[in-house]
Amino acid sequence: MATDTAVHHDVDTQEGNAWDGAKRPFKASYGKLMMWYFLLSDAFTFSGFLIAYGALRISSPTWPVPDFVFQTFPGGLSGLPLIFVTVMSFLLIVSSVTMVRAVQEGARENRKGVVFWMLLTIIGGLGFLGCQAWEWTNLIGTEHMSVTTNPFGTHTENGVFLNEDGTPSDESFKAGETFLLHKVGGHHAEGEGHGFVPNQSAAGDYAGYAIDDKGFILRKYQVVGGDDDGVTKIQEFGPKAFGALFFFITGFHGFHVFSGVVFLIIIMLNAASGVYVERKNGYEMVEKIGLYWHFVDLVWVFVFLVFYLL
Amino acid sequence: MAHENHEKAIRQVYVGLGILAVITLIEVGVSLFGKGHIIKGMDENFWVVIIAALLIILLSLYKAKFIIYEFMHMRHEVKGLARSVLLPVLLLVWAIVAFFYEGSTWKERRQDIKERDEMSVTDTKSMGMYHREWTEQDFQ
Repeated sequence: MATDTAVHHDVDTQEGNAWDGAKRPFKASYGKLMMWYFLLSDAFTFSGFLIAYGALRISSPTWPVPDFVFQTFPGGLSGLPLIFVTVMSFLLIVSSVTMVRAVQEGARENRKGVVFWMLLTIIGGLGFLGCQAWEWTNLIGTEHMSVTTNPFGTHTENGVFLNEDGTPSDESFKAGETFLLHKVGGHHAEGEGHGFVPNQSAAGDYAGYAIDDKGFILRKYQVVGGDDDGVTKIQEFGPKAFGALFFFITGFHGFHVFSGVVFLIIIMLNAASGVYVERKNGYEMVEKIGLYWHFVDLVWVFVFLVFYLL
Repeated sequence: MAHENHEKAIRQVYVGLGILAVITLIEVGVSLFGKGHIIKGMDENFWVVIIAALLIILLSLYKAKFIIYEFMHMRHEVKGLARSVLLPVLLLVWAIVAFFYEGSTWKERRQDIKERDEMSVTDTKSMGMYHREWTEQDFQ
């Protein structure tokens, strides 16, 4: 896009033998070329993570539905599936666009333009990190998900929950619906038929529910239909791998965003101080960090796809 | 002339922003549709779920291609550079096939183990097995 206006500073007088040196492979500078190969290797790392997610998800009999898990929004709002992550995606896309603008201004040797657009990019990146911090806080603090505990279970049968005294209640559920296990005395923003407040608070097995050592309330239910019609069963935790995968993959991506922001700040300060003016290479450093930043956006496209959309 | 080109390049960037934003919105819409949020009960239709998933994957791949070619300027790089970066990614196709195959095997194994754990031997003679009660002597 921008190369129409790019000033070509490359000295490509390719004479003599290819082994004489001073010849650029692929007509790209060493730094840019190596940035591309670094990004390729990083792409394989992320792919490894995401493919592991897919394999473990396929191997589990149940998996939490993302539009149930990710339905909260800051300000105590709930029942808004995927809206918050969509906002996060937009933040990254917009910061990617401002980065393209910074690279364009760099190609025109416009110092003020570079600094301005890089500043906007940094703000976008910080905004994304802030959103992710909120998302993690909500999952860990409010919903009690951790690397080893996944309170998001999924029903495998239709059924009705039991009341305090062990009699069937009028709260029914269907197979495939995801539920969130609550803790004793916990406050949750989302309702989802979990207005159930047990009378007991100590760990133990009671008529209508059980409370485990960590304080999670596991409700008992009566199966409706199927082979086990009428049998009383108890809620179970969701697959452990979900929490671990979520925190590791979004954490790994978030760390990329964080280091990207750090590098952006350093390069923006360098650009402002005029270091790159003297190099007279069309702000190539800005172009390189731009490649990295777009890659972070690119990875998010797939994290968004795998974790939230599918 | 250079100035005009610059204006055009800037316009193209904002068109790109629009394209990515609209695709993201369509993706979220299709995802919610496939999960039965827009029309109730759609998530119970197998083909709706499959087609929605495929559509989202294709749109994501298009987004990826757009970011690489337009924002990262791969379009303007030498063919060799583009090939050396993009072709290795094809290896992932096999990784996906292999690991998803593994995943479904793990599931079958787990199911198998669960079933065997629940098995009970009721009539050993009819199964043609030699059966003898343990006696005190066996442990001496």
